[in-house]
Amino acid sequence: MTSLFVLTAIMAVAVFWLLRQTVHVKPWVEDGPHKVVPPQASFSVPPVKVGLGVFLAVATSLFALMISAYFVRMMVGDWNSLVFPSVLWLNTGLLILSDVAMRSARRAARGADTERVRNALMAAGVCSFAFLVGQVWAWQQLNASGYFATADGAGAVAASPANAFFYLFTALHGLHLLGGLWVWGRTTAKVWGGVELARVRLSVELCTLYWHYLLLVWLVLFALLTPAVSELCRGRLF
Amino acid sequence: MVAVAHDESSYAPPAEVGEEELYHPKTFLGKYIWSQDAKIIGIQYAVTALAVGLVALALSGIMRLQLAFPNSFAFITPSNYLQFVTMHGLIMVVYLLTALFLGGFGNYLIPLMIGARDMAFPILNMLSYWTYLLAVVLLMATFFVPGGATGAGWTLYPPQAILQGTPGAGWGITLTLVSLGIFIIGFTMGGMNYVVTVLQLRTRGMTLMRLPLTIWGIFMATILALLAFPALFVSAIMMLMDHTLGTSFFVPAVVSRGQHLDFNGGSPILFQHLFWFFGHPEVYIVALPAFGIVSDLISTHARKNIFGYRMMVWAIVAIGGLSFVVWAHHMFVSGMNPYFGFFFATTTLIIAIPTAMKVYNWTVTLWRGDIHFTVPMLFSIGFIFTFLNGGLSGLFLGNVPVDLPLSHTLFVVAHFHMVMAVSPVLVLFGAIYHWYPKITGRMLDDTMGKVHFWITFVGAYCIFFPMHYLGYLGVPRRYYAMENTGFIPESAYALNVGITVAALIVGAVQLLFLYNLVWSYFKGKPSGSNPWRATTLEWQTEHTPPHHGNFGEALPVVYRWAYDYSVPGAKEDFIPQNQPPASAGTGGGGTSR
Repeated sequence: MTSLFVLTAIMAVAVFWLLRQTVHVKPWVEDGPHKVVPPQASFSVPPVKVGLGVFLAVATSLFALMISAYFVRMMVGDWNSLVFPSVLWLNTGLLILSDVAMRSARRAARGADTERVRNALMAAGVCSFAFLVGQVWAWQQLNASGYFATADGAGAVAASPANAFFYLFTALHGLHLLGGLWVWGRTTAKVWGGVELARVRLSVELCTLYWHYLLLVWLVLFALLTPAVSELCRGRLF
Repeated sequence: MVAVAHDESSYAPPAEVGEEELYHPKTFLGKYIWSQDAKIIGIQYAVTALAVGLVALALSGIMRLQLAFPNSFAFITPSNYLQFVTMHGLIMVVYLLTALFLGGFGNYLIPLMIGARDMAFPILNMLSYWTYLLAVVLLMATFFVPGGATGAGWTLYPPQAILQGTPGAGWGITLTLVSLGIFIIGFTMGGMNYVVTVLQLRTRGMTLMRLPLTIWGIFMATILALLAFPALFVSAIMMLMDHTLGTSFFVPAVVSRGQHLDFNGGSPILFQHLFWFFGHPEVYIVALPAFGIVSDLISTHARKNIFGYRMMVWAIVAIGGLSFVVWAHHMFVSGMNPYFGFFFATTTLIIAIPTAMKVYNWTVTLWRGDIHFTVPMLFSIGFIFTFLNGGLSGLFLGNVPVDLPLSHTLFVVAHFHMVMAVSPVLVLFGAIYHWYPKITGRMLDDTMGKVHFWITFVGAYCIFFPMHYLGYLGVPRRYYAMENTGFIPESAYALNVGITVAALIVGAVQLLFLYNLVWSYFKGKPSGSNPWRATTLEWQTEHTPPHHGNFGEALPVVYRWAYDYSVPGAKEDFIPQNQPPASAGTGGGGTSR
């Protein structure tokens, strides 16, 4: 159901926008010359930004569907809450820090403060990489305590669907972050290479938007994985 | 109508988005292989999709041979048969139809029809094609890996898809899932391009409500695909994890060949929900571009404006929205809460309303039109018949109590082949005959085209119409052979032979079509730039085939919608979209119609 709500929201935005564009229009009537070529054929935002928006809609669909699957799988009797790797708290802090740094980079880019853009971008990147390292560490912690994703015939203790979802969530979220870091790398390289700030402002802007989004997704996933919340969902939903 | 001075600036305020910078290739490789030109990419998509479609066509021929003459062919074992069924379905639905409509026609037509020089992100567009090609190669490779291709059915239901005993349960299914994942990544790159290009790169004057319906169909189908394919992506990854890592997302506790497997607690129904959450919109991902294209073909070749343009646009949007809330009608036989069944049956039947509106509008567009029975028009009219036919049997299957007994029979095969196989394919053929002159500068041969149409259309009816009856008798689908089955009369076997003969003839005539494509490329009649006297922008280009950058020095400015055919008082029976409104006295229809 989660995914249905998300999809309905995405669709509602699109339909509302379409209604405003189309419903009063009669294309078959030839208008007076001043109306023949209406000026607002497109959004007044750069295509890349619209592209990122479309991609975020796709990613939202992906994560919403995974979360739906998580809820459905919870219903089955063999469900145990995740043995929660404590390092996740630290990781969450790191991701928040990197997001804050990104924000500050955007502010600096708007104010044309090259020095601060450079430092803030660097800080954001370092925190993001630290987050990824932390996530891998969380995998190690789980693995070391015998909670690998699989039920390897030897120990029944290893069989836990919550762990499997943990690996799935973190892997896909991490891959999305890696994709963001690639763009971040190109942008940072340009800033350090002394490229004019006006030419990277858009990239910084888009990175900030993307980091906000990934932080939001992580906070939702993080909350759902915590034993308290997942038990609550299980009790409430079913 | 007021006479207006033809001062360009009074019509055309400056574009808000500047012209994009084009990439200019210097080498042959850059121009034709690693091309970033949407037209070349579109052709690459189309050729690849048609090639892989030929494989799927051959597979269907083999399946028909087995059904008509069981035990006559040594190379068709039960395992092979299941593999052929599976690959035929997967290839046709995903790798042929989706790729050809969106990757092929989307790439070729979107920039040309909206008056853009190219797609918004050409590099991403190029990557999209090469990713698609990789997905195709991987899928084809499954024929040659140990164990062969997967035989799980195109729906790939677990647990059988990944357990021993199903053909291709090792390498075959693994590679298929990887291939699907890669296909989706490639499609997402392309799909972002189509959406952003339609939203952002329309030329001056091309408002949303002046877009040709072809673009509306492709645009909406792309949005559906972008939101629905993640469901397949997630389920492919999760099944891959079940298969290779041993997680239990989809596989419950299973005893296989006397052994308890290590799975526990997984939910096969969860997979079905995810799969059909993608699978049903997929029907419309294929159908909506066909709806759009056929609207333009009918309007152009009947020399009449499309009836109810605004209604057509909103029907496309409504079908797109509804297609996300009907998926569980594919799962009536899996069992569900009766209230859910009621809900999904209702939404399914509601889809018939916008769809019927479209059929009415096509018919009314033809009504008293100046119909030219060109090959594209023949295919369009054929489409209306097959689509109506398939749609009506859909009303049967949308009802739970009717669906339950028919679900595992050939009735369903007949239904979905009519509605989402034959119908879109007829439109594809029509579209190829229609736009081939723009792509190559030469007409396809008319006689060969008409032979191709009549044999394909009548043949398709001979194949799928009797199948409804066989299904009604209870002949099951997916079965390798039906020996000693008491309730199936002898006549059913005879009918099966007839269907197979028709299928082989229809298959063979597609070779004539391929021959026509090649022959006309060299020997076809030169077409000129606008052989169909059509209004849309792609026919108004300076060169045919259009050069890199599509239009000459300046982008066209659009002054009207795409359907000004047979306008009273106009000199010609069509007014191109980029023709400025005539000043008083020269006609041009200044009143509302």
